[in-house]
Amino acid sequence: MNATWSRFNVISIVLGFAFLYLPIVLLVVFSFNESKLVTVWGGFSTKWYVSLFHNRGLMDATWVTARVGVISATVATVLGTLAALTLTRYTRFRGRLLFSGMVFAPLVMPEVITGLSLLLLFVAVGLDRGFLTVTLAHTTLTMCFVAVVVQSRLITFDRSLEEAAMDLGAPPVRTFFQITLPVIMPAIVSGWMLAFTLSLDDLVIASFTSGPGATTLPMKIYSQVRLGVTPEINAACTILIAVVAVGVIIASLVNKSREVQRQRDEQAAQRG
Amino acid sequence: MKSLGSIRRDFAPWNDPNAKPYIQFDNVTKKFGEFTAVNNLSLTIFEREFFALLGASGCGKSTLLRMLAGFEEPTAGRIMLDGQDLRGIPPYRRPVNMMFQSYALFPHMTVENNIAFGLKQEGMVKADIEKRVAEMLKLVKLEQFAKRKPHQLSGGQRQRVALARSVAKRPKVLLLDEPLGALDKKLREETQFELMDLQQNLGLTFVVVTHDQEEAMTMADRIAIIDKGEVMQVATPAEVYEAPGSRFVAGFVGNVNMFDGRIAAGEAGSASIDAGNGITIRTENAGSAAAGTSVTFAIRPEKIKVSSTKPAGAVNAIQGEVYDIAYLGDMTVYHVRLDDGQVVRASTMNAARLTEDPLSWNDRAWISFRPDAGVVLTR
Repeated sequence: MNATWSRFNVISIVLGFAFLYLPIVLLVVFSFNESKLVTVWGGFSTKWYVSLFHNRGLMDATWVTARVGVISATVATVLGTLAALTLTRYTRFRGRLLFSGMVFAPLVMPEVITGLSLLLLFVAVGLDRGFLTVTLAHTTLTMCFVAVVVQSRLITFDRSLEEAAMDLGAPPVRTFFQITLPVIMPAIVSGWMLAFTLSLDDLVIASFTSGPGATTLPMKIYSQVRLGVTPEINAACTILIAVVAVGVIIASLVNKSREVQRQRDEQAAQRG
Repeated sequence: MKSLGSIRRDFAPWNDPNAKPYIQFDNVTKKFGEFTAVNNLSLTIFEREFFALLGASGCGKSTLLRMLAGFEEPTAGRIMLDGQDLRGIPPYRRPVNMMFQSYALFPHMTVENNIAFGLKQEGMVKADIEKRVAEMLKLVKLEQFAKRKPHQLSGGQRQRVALARSVAKRPKVLLLDEPLGALDKKLREETQFELMDLQQNLGLTFVVVTHDQEEAMTMADRIAIIDKGEVMQVATPAEVYEAPGSRFVAGFVGNVNMFDGRIAAGEAGSASIDAGNGITIRTENAGSAAAGTSVTFAIRPEKIKVSSTKPAGAVNAIQGEVYDIAYLGDMTVYHVRLDDGQVVRASTMNAARLTEDPLSWNDRAWISFRPDAGVVLTR
């Protein structure tokens, strides 16, 4: 590889990263602003972080978001895994194409339409909008993402593992819990994390399907911004960014060390 | 007394009319949609037998094994094991275990947990499981690898774990699907003998599926040659090689030269075959084929002698030209083009280091063979 940096390369990298990260950097910087005016620097301060934790509305919204995320991601993971199992295992049943189309449609469906249709449904069946409806809506949205992640793992799953377990005397249900599930667990976990993240940052669907007392963090932030951006919001967003960044970094470090360990093991095995 | 092959067999229940069959396929048919994988096949396997199903890929041999294990149900016919009809019995209740071609080791379990898996399903008490696992690890010489995961093992070690796991439950029958397919040649040869010893020591019935004829010949007591879902021949390795029942079997197992012809005259097994172009073959193995029957005379390369002069007193000697020579070290293979254009393959063991009468390309040469060296095939 050519190690020398041409001026063109440097400029394009700087511009590229600036385009991606300058807004975020600005947001983080201004969350430490002393001044109440968002665009005027008035010195370093962490007071907005302190006041953030005393802001009842924001804290409530955070709690709602966390609960919606955990519950909807968990339900979506169960349903999505079942859908993925059905789609990979039962390759021939009536309506399979329709089913797989319907499972994956929400992936490309505009969120506005998903949100609106869910709203109409909840109104039609007389379900009061609130915590339950947001959770249901997020489950619907994220289930297909889980199904995609788990399905791609199941396609490469060696079916003879299950046959071997049954051959050794394990009935189908026990085979599933002792063999299939542990082997595809990493895919299920990343499916869950994807679902949780999607639920965490969804604004559109939540706006349609949520009701009083179940305002999620993105909804809260968005409504506050309409009344003017406060440094408090910047602080909240910075914390969100930090949480996501730490999560991503930990996940990739764990993955990497596991990969390194695996390679080392395999080399050891080759040597005998 | 003269017999086929070079091994004397004391274990031969298939020749005993009173022997009780252990595994029986009775007119078994298996269809996958329109495709017939196994076609009205009947087969008998005896207790403690090392039985090989040999055939090209897609011939239905793996389907037979999977039906025995319970992963597939026959479309028609029945399979009996030790007097019990296996129909409707799921794989997890059959007293057979299988060693998979891919080994199918559980990647999230250590070697010892892999081996213990089947025992745990049985509900065996913990102390007994530990004892049995230790015994199995010793059997396959993997004691120091007990705590490793499958991906920390080499191919040969994985194969041995798979083997230990599949015999840990002491099944009535062990099914092996291409057990040595993933090993390199040297390891494969070693492992063949290990498998044979294991089968002897444990006293189990082995049914092995393979496409490798050498593997089947080395290990099996009897071989069933399968083609297009049907059994072509069931016989000992020596019989399959020296007395093939059909042109297909003769061509499938080992190398063979075939001469198509017609029985010219003969009595009580001896006959002369008119193979056209002035070639007449005298054989003692014509069986009951009557004069005028169209037959194929099949002879193995190592039973043909190649010489530069016509051997004195040879019953069968045909002249040709050396067309190709391959020197393989332990033996030399000659391709001799006869005067009618047919190319005959002949191989000579290089039993001595020095050759008196070496042949070269394009030399005129004679091929000769004894009247009992070949077989006459009518199918």
